[in-house]
Amino acid sequence: MPPLLEVDNVSKSFGGVAANVNISFDVREGEILGLIGPNGAGKTSLFNAISGAVTPDAGEIRLNGRRISGLSPEQCALLGIARTFQVVRSFDSMTVLENVMVGAFSRLSRTRRAMARALETLAFTGLAARVDTPAHSLTPAEKRRLEVARALATEPRLLLLDEMLTGLTPVEAQSGVQLIRDVRARGVTVMMVEHVMEVLLPLVDRAVVLDLGRVLTIGAPQDVVQNPDVIRAYLGDRYAAA
Amino acid sequence: MTATIFAQVAVGGLLMGLIYALVAAGLSLIFGLMDVVNFAHGELLMLAMYATFVVWLATGLDPLLLLIPVAFALFALGVAIYHLLMARALSVRFNRGMVQIFVTFGLAILLRGFAQFTFGSDFKSVSSSLLANRTIDLGGVFVPTPQLAAGIVSLLAFGALLVISRTEFGRALEATREDRDAVALIGIDRDRIFALGWGLGAAAVGIAGVMLATFYYVTPNVGANFALIAYVTVALGGFGSLFGALVAGLLIGQVEALTALLIEPSLKQVGMFAIYLAVLMFRPRGLFGTL
Amino acid sequence: METSITRRRRHELIIGATLLAVLALLPLPIHDVYTRNLIIITVLFAGLAQAWNVLGGYCGQISLSHALYFGVGAYVSTLLLTRAGIPPTVGMFAGGALGGLMALLVGWPCFRLSGHYYAIATVVVGEIGYLLALNWDWIGGATGINIPYVRSVGDSWLWLQFRIDKLPYHYAALAFAAVAWLVAWLIEGSRWGFVWRAVKDDPVAARSLAVRIFPSKMAAAAISGALTGIGGAIYAQYVGYIDPDSVLYGQLSILIPLPAVLGGVGTLWGPLVGAAVLIPLSELTRSYLGGSGRGVDLMIYGALIILVALARPQGLASLIGVRVRAPAGADDAAAA
Repeated sequence: MPPLLEVDNVSKSFGGVAANVNISFDVREGEILGLIGPNGAGKTSLFNAISGAVTPDAGEIRLNGRRISGLSPEQCALLGIARTFQVVRSFDSMTVLENVMVGAFSRLSRTRRAMARALETLAFTGLAARVDTPAHSLTPAEKRRLEVARALATEPRLLLLDEMLTGLTPVEAQSGVQLIRDVRARGVTVMMVEHVMEVLLPLVDRAVVLDLGRVLTIGAPQDVVQNPDVIRAYLGDRYAAA
Repeated sequence: MTATIFAQVAVGGLLMGLIYALVAAGLSLIFGLMDVVNFAHGELLMLAMYATFVVWLATGLDPLLLLIPVAFALFALGVAIYHLLMARALSVRFNRGMVQIFVTFGLAILLRGFAQFTFGSDFKSVSSSLLANRTIDLGGVFVPTPQLAAGIVSLLAFGALLVISRTEFGRALEATREDRDAVALIGIDRDRIFALGWGLGAAAVGIAGVMLATFYYVTPNVGANFALIAYVTVALGGFGSLFGALVAGLLIGQVEALTALLIEPSLKQVGMFAIYLAVLMFRPRGLFGTL
Repeated sequence: METSITRRRRHELIIGATLLAVLALLPLPIHDVYTRNLIIITVLFAGLAQAWNVLGGYCGQISLSHALYFGVGAYVSTLLLTRAGIPPTVGMFAGGALGGLMALLVGWPCFRLSGHYYAIATVVVGEIGYLLALNWDWIGGATGINIPYVRSVGDSWLWLQFRIDKLPYHYAALAFAAVAWLVAWLIEGSRWGFVWRAVKDDPVAARSLAVRIFPSKMAAAAISGALTGIGGAIYAQYVGYIDPDSVLYGQLSILIPLPAVLGGVGTLWGPLVGAAVLIPLSELTRSYLGGSGRGVDLMIYGALIILVALARPQGLASLIGVRVRAPAGADDAAAA
């Protein structure tokens, strides 16, 4: 069985600045894959390429063996790639339920069904009590959950989480971790970018470390943290500081 | 059709284009600064024209002498509009974009009503001035002096705007435009910059208004047409770009003159609108737009 | 499944039906021509503002070319009547179809533009339409077209002509406004309504949820333009005479959205409340203060617009407890 997602030699530069250089890795069905690296390592750029927001200059991205690089975000969404955003993008003129219904409408055309799907997703993400709250009045942690709920409502096969745990209190982050585990238990493969290493490493099955747009190493979390390149490039400073 | 006729038309288009550019520059300044399209822009022009007319009628002073006073008066008006209305429109929590459009539209209606109330609705014009009723012969091309003077003054005013944009104040304008929240951190008073931006924008229109009054009739509704051309000019040149406003103004002046000559005078605006739409198809942010 | 949304929508239908009944009875005890005319124009503008609201409110595209769709509807039904003898009740649907088509034609290039570039491009397109009509002799040019009273038929609903008693026009306008309201209500409850509001709030997030932006805007434009065109056709029959300065002029493109914006943009009741407040105020100031030709009416009207926009940016409808759609962030003016 081919991997769920193959990133094959992908390069992308913006105005002469290389954001991604010859990136290659696979995402396996059912895993939680972490994408880590210092600021400017090219993590968000890679997310944008996988979700269709940008087209790579070179290389190919395949979902289930089918080429998806070059497709639009909406086509990628229909093929089963959902995402959240680093800076939360909720639909602020709508309620929580309405936000999630937008996601549900990507597969369902009847309002009644979309509402049922949205309510189920909201219960799953722990927002059932906030159904009728206007999205703009949620707490930051709730907004992150809302984005996850909205993305899940599109029934994705792969969920991309862009710094979903960043900026949360330890308690909130811990329940965010539980949510991500639950998402995987639902059968959705997760790929996540995160700064909070201490939270991320115990959560993921494998981690891809990026630095200056290149893949530094790929492997199990305990192997990754012991990789001398990684320690030098990134974790060394950070762990020393911590 | 001879070369002289074309030269005549081209010069006419050039001079009109300079005025369009100046009116548009005022609009562009305000837009570039705070992302607001001023739908009362034409009414500011109309007020400047009336001010010129009224003072000329009452005192016989030549419109040229009124350039500076009217520019200052409009500057004050611009600052007042900012403080009384726009500062509030900027801080609303709902539908900000629409509130701004409709507040300036309401202001336009109000100013038109004011003009009608104060000056009546019939056509007025400055019938005698230093410049009136003369033409200058430029190698076979006859140019009426009011238009020529208006073109020259517009060019000078444009130069002044460009100079201002390079001073410290200009850099503060630029910084405010680029990052409205960060400027507070480096000690620039955002409110003051916005107010000055409105003042300058209105003053530019004031100068255009004085010159326009020397050869164009005034009515309470005269602004609408010029405002429309200014919107087109600004969008064509690119919102926020002074240089773009100049190029677009000149281009529009030529297109208007040539359409009137070659196709049909009553369709002269259709020509410029068509060019504008065509350009936007290829450059959705105008010729020099960055915003 | 009973949720707050289904409950709210049922209440809206009940209120809507009650309001319709009240409005149907409203002019019966009123016999003076002036007041009846005022009511008809108010109802018509409530419908027009609702039609604009479909594109401008729900989908967030600040279109300033609705005079064009209004004028197309008015001209098409009138020309079909005067040139081909087709009754206006048929012609108004042709006018609506062409109004919708015109909105698609305008949208096709303009929806590539964002923010103010879009708004200004629509102003210009509307102005081009006005200028062309002014110079197009076949459709009457600047002189306009008189809509004849077809004598052989007499007063007739099919021909939408009523010589003395103008009351039927009230029901025509009311039917139009009711349809516009119902369309908005259906949109609010359907996939389209959700998707359009997503486009308005945040196009980037919408795309990540498989929302196709351009077709969404085009669909909203078509419905909005078609409704506006039908409104134009009814207006033409009512006033009996059209020219570019009465059905295509630029300011009309602002007057149509005005009740929606001041009443509550993107809401079901906003356009209604806005029209109910604004149109009578504007007509009353005009007739009591405008007669002198001194512009006092304009000053009051202008000041009123400023005041409402600044004091109630979320719309007048919020005063009577209508649910308000909260800030759409920095993007609401410049949503791509």
